[in-house]
Amino acid sequence: MNLWEPALPAIGPNEHHKDPAMLKALLALLLLLPLAAQAGDADFFIAAKPNEQASLLQAWAAQPDPARLALLSAMQQGRLGADDTRKLRLNNRLRGLLDNALASHQLLSDDATLRLAAARQLQKSAQPAQVAFLDRRFAGEPDAAVHAALGLALANLQLADSNPAVRLAAVRLLGETGDPMARTRLETLLDPAVETDAGVRTAAETSLAQVKRKLLIGELLGQAFSGLSLGSILLLAALGLAITFGLLGVINMAHGEMLMLGAYTTYVVQVLVQRYAPGALEFYPLLALPAAFAVSAGVGMLLERTVIRHLYGRPLETLLATWGISLILIQAIRLIFGAQNVEVANPGWLSGGLQVLPNLVLPYSRIVIIGFALCVVLLTWLLLNRTRLGLNVRAVTQNRNMAACCGVPTGRVDMLAFGLGSGIAGLGGVALSQIGNVGPDLGQSYIIDSFLVVVLGGVGQLAGSLWAAFGLGIANKLLEPQIGAVLGKILILALIILFIQKRPQGLFALKGRVID
Amino acid sequence: MRTVPLPVVHPEFMLEPIIDGAGRDAIGLGQLRQPGLDVRHGTVLTLEDISVSFDGFKALNALNLYIGVGELRCIIGPNGAGKTTLMDVITGKTRPSTGKAWFGDTLDLTRMSEVEIAQSGIGRKFQKPTVFEALTVYENLELAQKTDKSVWASLRARLSGEQRDRIDEVLGTIRLEASQHRLAGLLSHGQKQFLEIGMLLMQDPQLLLLDEPVAGMTDAETAFTAELFKSLAGKHSLMVVEHDMGFVGSIADHVTVLHQGSVLAEGSLEQVQADDRVIEVYLGR
Amino acid sequence: MNQPLLVTAAQKAGPRLSLAIGAIVLLLLIALPLLSLLPAGHSLQVSAYTLTLVGKILCYAIVALALDLVWGYAGLLSLGHGLFFALGGYAMGMYLMREAAGDSLPAFMTFLSWSELPWYWAGTQHFAWALCLVVLAPGLLALVFGYFAFRSRIKGVYFSIMTQALTFAGMLLFFRNETGFGGNNGFTNFRSILGFEITSQGTRAVLFLLTVALLLASLLIGWRLARSKFGRVLTALRDAENRLMFCGYDPRGFKLFVWVLSAVLCGLAGALYVPQVGIINPSEMSPTNSIEAAVWVALGGRGTLIGPLLGAGLVNGMKSWFTVAFPEFWLFFLGALFILVTLYLPKGVVGLLKKRGEQ
Repeated sequence: MNLWEPALPAIGPNEHHKDPAMLKALLALLLLLPLAAQAGDADFFIAAKPNEQASLLQAWAAQPDPARLALLSAMQQGRLGADDTRKLRLNNRLRGLLDNALASHQLLSDDATLRLAAARQLQKSAQPAQVAFLDRRFAGEPDAAVHAALGLALANLQLADSNPAVRLAAVRLLGETGDPMARTRLETLLDPAVETDAGVRTAAETSLAQVKRKLLIGELLGQAFSGLSLGSILLLAALGLAITFGLLGVINMAHGEMLMLGAYTTYVVQVLVQRYAPGALEFYPLLALPAAFAVSAGVGMLLERTVIRHLYGRPLETLLATWGISLILIQAIRLIFGAQNVEVANPGWLSGGLQVLPNLVLPYSRIVIIGFALCVVLLTWLLLNRTRLGLNVRAVTQNRNMAACCGVPTGRVDMLAFGLGSGIAGLGGVALSQIGNVGPDLGQSYIIDSFLVVVLGGVGQLAGSLWAAFGLGIANKLLEPQIGAVLGKILILALIILFIQKRPQGLFALKGRVID
Repeated sequence: MRTVPLPVVHPEFMLEPIIDGAGRDAIGLGQLRQPGLDVRHGTVLTLEDISVSFDGFKALNALNLYIGVGELRCIIGPNGAGKTTLMDVITGKTRPSTGKAWFGDTLDLTRMSEVEIAQSGIGRKFQKPTVFEALTVYENLELAQKTDKSVWASLRARLSGEQRDRIDEVLGTIRLEASQHRLAGLLSHGQKQFLEIGMLLMQDPQLLLLDEPVAGMTDAETAFTAELFKSLAGKHSLMVVEHDMGFVGSIADHVTVLHQGSVLAEGSLEQVQADDRVIEVYLGR
Repeated sequence: MNQPLLVTAAQKAGPRLSLAIGAIVLLLLIALPLLSLLPAGHSLQVSAYTLTLVGKILCYAIVALALDLVWGYAGLLSLGHGLFFALGGYAMGMYLMREAAGDSLPAFMTFLSWSELPWYWAGTQHFAWALCLVVLAPGLLALVFGYFAFRSRIKGVYFSIMTQALTFAGMLLFFRNETGFGGNNGFTNFRSILGFEITSQGTRAVLFLLTVALLLASLLIGWRLARSKFGRVLTALRDAENRLMFCGYDPRGFKLFVWVLSAVLCGLAGALYVPQVGIINPSEMSPTNSIEAAVWVALGGRGTLIGPLLGAGLVNGMKSWFTVAFPEFWLFFLGALFILVTLYLPKGVVGLLKKRGEQ
């Protein structure tokens, strides 16, 4: 099988710029024998001079062979063959060619995401020699996103064609994609110095408008989605606060720290699972959910019994005392885990994303969190409306004295409700740990926002919190690109103050006789 | 033919100019006219077709109520009849969804803020006695006193001898001279009730709204309060919400029965007590 | 800090002695800067460090007093007073930057290659206009915010969180480089004030004396307010706002007045803080700083005039000791202080002393 072995000395590394004709002959042989063994490819490659290696890679890219995939991916990782430990050093040009060749091979894969990534790579690096191959794949591609990406790659290549008709077709093809790269490419074509044919230029103009429209849709959808995502996090942060604030009329300034505790519990669970049950690492966030709920709820109940209980009827003092608690919790976490962020890794099923449009990827983690937040709301609603505890909580919220007279154990209800609110924040912490940094200050930034949600939604109103959280989230994200994140925040604050002028009780408040 | 347009007469020009407080009003009901409030038609409070609803529940339903100048009116009615909501509407705390509310003949209560209503001469005593607990009895009365209540005036305010006399007089009326330098928070429930009534007196309002003024008072205190109210009537108009029928009987010549947000019956206490509908919803059974 | 002892004694011996002790403290505060002028090495010489530290604490004491006016008397707990303090500080800081930079733009602006001053900094090279800004910036902001907040009857925790959000928003704004407030670093590297070298002993002493004077003036204002009918209206407002409205007072005007006054006092304190400490940056606006001021007032005793001063002195004195001795445990201590004061000292140290005095 080692057909090439004898020939190798002839193109040994110490013979520079020898005989291109001989190389061509070799390449021809290579193309004639696509079934050549992988070990052969590897050895052949390493023996070649950089120039020859480049030609080799180009040839491989134009004529991909599934069998060579392992070799190429190993080479990209810096080794030579699949089971090879020899180090490989490549210069930048070769590295680029290698990426291109690898992408070309990956197009043959069965995995659509892999093909998509490959197609995107080819948009940047495809060579004219690959046109025929790309054309074949383009025609036979079943996945829409990959199809579009391939079309763009193909169009990119065809734009370099000398035939205006081919270029015109390419421009039209570009117009049908909604890819940001298509826009930059089309913009260059508007310049007469670049594109000589007037027909192609006008076609480019119409295509550009088409592309821009598609991009705008993608952008808006993207902003709306990140708004939803922010809203779901605000919701998780504010839900517990809404319960405790509605119940006790006090703001728990340590509520943000309950989020933080939930996130750190996730981290601890991750470390423990890694150490004792590495096989289950994929599912550690699921294990972290009950743990985080238990930790946060436990701390919350402890605080309620030891501190907050003694301050009922003095909301401002409670606010200060809970701030003190939050300082202590933050500093304790700092002493235990250090002031830096800890690393919480996404499991495989939460990483990556769903490509909806060429410029719109929805990360799985965020999709899952939106769903999770809605589940938590649903569960909370069920708990408050379908259980004895919920009935008691609602009774105490509406009229504490009357509830006490009816035999509701208000002290116990307070404690359990506080635990529930804190536990929900703990769940929120698990969610946060999957999309952001986990550090001691994590909770600090959420207390103001979640309070604004509570104010906007109306105290003790689940539906209000839901609308307010998503409304604030989306408004935030839509304003952000227009006027910047900081001004956006300030504007939203101003809007909320103005809103309270109109509806002091929030969006969803119960009307009634004001009781003094 | 030319038509000569009639000159537009501003309503205010149609009023008799008030030279001083001594002028009698046009209809001649014998009431002294207070500057600032026009009560020429003899009613100090006019409520017509007032409705208030809270999320579908009608707390007041097309209510009509007229209180004459110098009248002492008692409002009775079962719980939830809308008595406190009625007071909230008059004092501007709750806005009616429909209806007209006039104070005197010219002041539209539905368009005034709570503060404006209070300044125009409506005083209110709450169901639960509310006084300024961190201030002394004397200071409570001082704050209530009818005077310029703007920020600047408060910054420079000094009590004049006349004002001191007035405070002392009210202290005497409500029998709190001995505790004038105690903190109001330390008073007994009944004393707080009297202090709040005293604060209303200091405000010198045209119309006093009193929500259960004798709750928590001893019999002697109740009897004293009844005397006090009767002496106030004539100079002031009073609207008293009370459950204590004995008290109502001892003060009122005119009683209004509220039921489900509207007026069920009106008349003397004997009349309404004899009314079948009233007996059915409230007194009898 | 031996003030608590002094005050205990004062309570026992009646108002005469407390006046005497107040006078002694005042004399000490006046003597301090004079002693700092003594030549180095003299046994009575007060170091620049001590003078700056005490000056800083005096500025904080003014903030505490201003906060007490709105919280202790009117019942409005502001968690955003750091914003007003910093606004005053920034206005003064800009003047100092302009003075240091001479005719050219301040250093941080040339860094960002700006060619001209933003409009809102116009005229800040003049000391008088800077002083106006010190009053106007916090005053107007407080006026606008207060107008809307009080109009819609925002009070209690709602008001507290709104003010916290306000100072948070301010901090974000000032952190940005492009807003023209020096970004992260804020304003620093000052050279002179009105031509006097800013680090010289004489200037320091004068600034210190000015701080003492401002503190006295604020005390006087607070005292006059507390004793006037205005002060009684505020107390009434705190306890029964509805009753007050039905008495014919419009609470909005009263709240707005004391709120703006308090903001302006804070701004002035900030303006004196900056030249003494030598730096102003956005972290002064962080919610943590403002809420810490609340614990000064709570510890000292709210609704009293001496309490906030005592509280500011105690907490900041302990802070400077802790951050040297046990830096890691300062936050634990501060947190515990928040909890313990609210649980066990609702009337603060002054309340405790009064109780002792009565027994």
